Amino acid sequence: MRAFIRKLSSFPKSKNFREELEINYIPTNLFQKTLLTIGSATVALLDPYRGDMIACLGEVTGEASLKFMRERMLENNEGAEILRDMPRINSQTICFKTLSELPEDTLGRVYADFMKENDITADSRLPVQFINDPDIAYVMQRYREVHDLVHASLFMKTTMLGEVAVKWVEGIQTKLPMCIGGGIWGAARLKPKHRQLYLKYYLPWAIKTGHNAKFLQGIYYEKRWDQNINDFHKEMNISRLTER
Amino acid sequence: MALQRRLLQFINITKPCQKLCGVQSYSAQAASQSDNEEKRKTHFGFETVDEDEKTKKVHQVFETVADKYDTMNDMMSFGVHRVWKDIFMMRFAPTPGTKLLDMAGGTGDITFRYINYLRNQANPDTEKRSSVTVSDINQSMLNVGKARAEKQGYLKNSPVDVDWLCADAEQLPLPDECYNAYTIAFGIRNCTHIDKVLEEAYRVLQPGGRFMCLEFSQLPNSTMQWLYDQYSFQMIPVMGQLVAGQWKPYQYLVESIRQFPDQEKFKLMIEEAGFRQVTYENLTFGVCAIHSGFKL
Repeated sequence: MRAFIRKLSSFPKSKNFREELEINYIPTNLFQKTLLTIGSATVALLDPYRGDMIACLGEVTGEASLKFMRERMLENNEGAEILRDMPRINSQTICFKTLSELPEDTLGRVYADFMKENDITADSRLPVQFINDPDIAYVMQRYREVHDLVHASLFMKTTMLGEVAVKWVEGIQTKLPMCIGGGIWGAARLKPKHRQLYLKYYLPWAIKTGHNAKFLQGIYYEKRWDQNINDFHKEMNISRLTER
Repeated sequence: MALQRRLLQFINITKPCQKLCGVQSYSAQAASQSDNEEKRKTHFGFETVDEDEKTKKVHQVFETVADKYDTMNDMMSFGVHRVWKDIFMMRFAPTPGTKLLDMAGGTGDITFRYINYLRNQANPDTEKRSSVTVSDINQSMLNVGKARAEKQGYLKNSPVDVDWLCADAEQLPLPDECYNAYTIAFGIRNCTHIDKVLEEAYRVLQPGGRFMCLEFSQLPNSTMQWLYDQYSFQMIPVMGQLVAGQWKPYQYLVESIRQFPDQEKFKLMIEEAGFRQVTYENLTFGVCAIHSGFKL
């Protein structure tokens, strides 16, 4: 029996998300979506620290892909459970202190260490603004909140090189235009040394992993905190490029 | 014909168009509300809110936009807001000895032009000191103004004394007749009770004092108004999202412009507060207007 490590919140998770979406939703027409696509892509290229622009780009271009992701998640029980529970990942729902006290090679410990080493917080994920349908919007929210876990479990750092590699994996699996675009354009920003590494090792690995690994968006990470990371990789058919 | 319809569908926005028609009827409704109603309602852009809520919401809007305020103004108006403010100052044409209250003066655009105007006078009268009180309900906006003033050197060796006051235009913590000029640029439409603001302006001005307001207005030409609406609703919130990472404050901005009375109606409101010789001048086809009145 796998243990949950989750703080209770006052509302059931799905109610929370739907209410949040209603507050944050902004209706946009095709013309505005087009402007937002071009604008956010440009701003994101010019200033990669504008995470909100990547988020905007993803939402505005991703509706079809999100539907595909949702279908794929419904294909197995674990994914279907996620869509039913609508769990959220932030400092209120996850007790990072407990995770960091788990045994060394567990998924939860790997995740907690990753967040600490890279000095990032699970609270930095923006709410979905431009998607009306709550089921589809949730898939986007989940993708965002699970992104750090994907990084951590693939042992990819938050450097440009690591980000681009993860974008390729995600792009192949989710078909999100923002990921595919990010993989290509992000690579253009790599410095010569990293570009060599990218072309020789990271890119081939990312493409292979994207195709061979199980659908990472359909993993209920919160139920696997104490799973051994080696078992996890075997189960998900992930072959490592680097050690932690 | 079909092409026009397709084009309209492409840029369709149902919400504001409905509400645009609603604007006129809403203003009439607000005027006829009885005094006995417990919670009075007003508009916040196209939303209907309680009056005390509006002040809070407007406050929130300006807290959020304060640090990108000037950049966004440049982007949204293609820099033309600078010309509007220059013309405003030219119409005002202050003389040395003026005691100005620059209401909703936040980031300092009008104040800095006022100081420059007095500095650049052909024969500056070094005897007469002029002054300006920059006042805003929002401390964040004032902080931006203070920082700019220091950075651009308006506070040193200036013929003008500057002080900063965080206050509500509807209830000024100031004695009667202590200023001889009052300006409010792009601020009055955000106030919950415009009539109260005008009354307070009248109260703090000395006889002979001048009231000047620069504010967004309505375009007399309906085709131009339509084009302006399309630009406002289609593009401005998008620009807000891209540049400032915020959509809603800019949606509020374009909606609040539609809710503000037109040139003639506002002129009447100024006259009702007691001002005389009230005139207005349209700028950029009526996108904004300078209203001026005197306490006589």
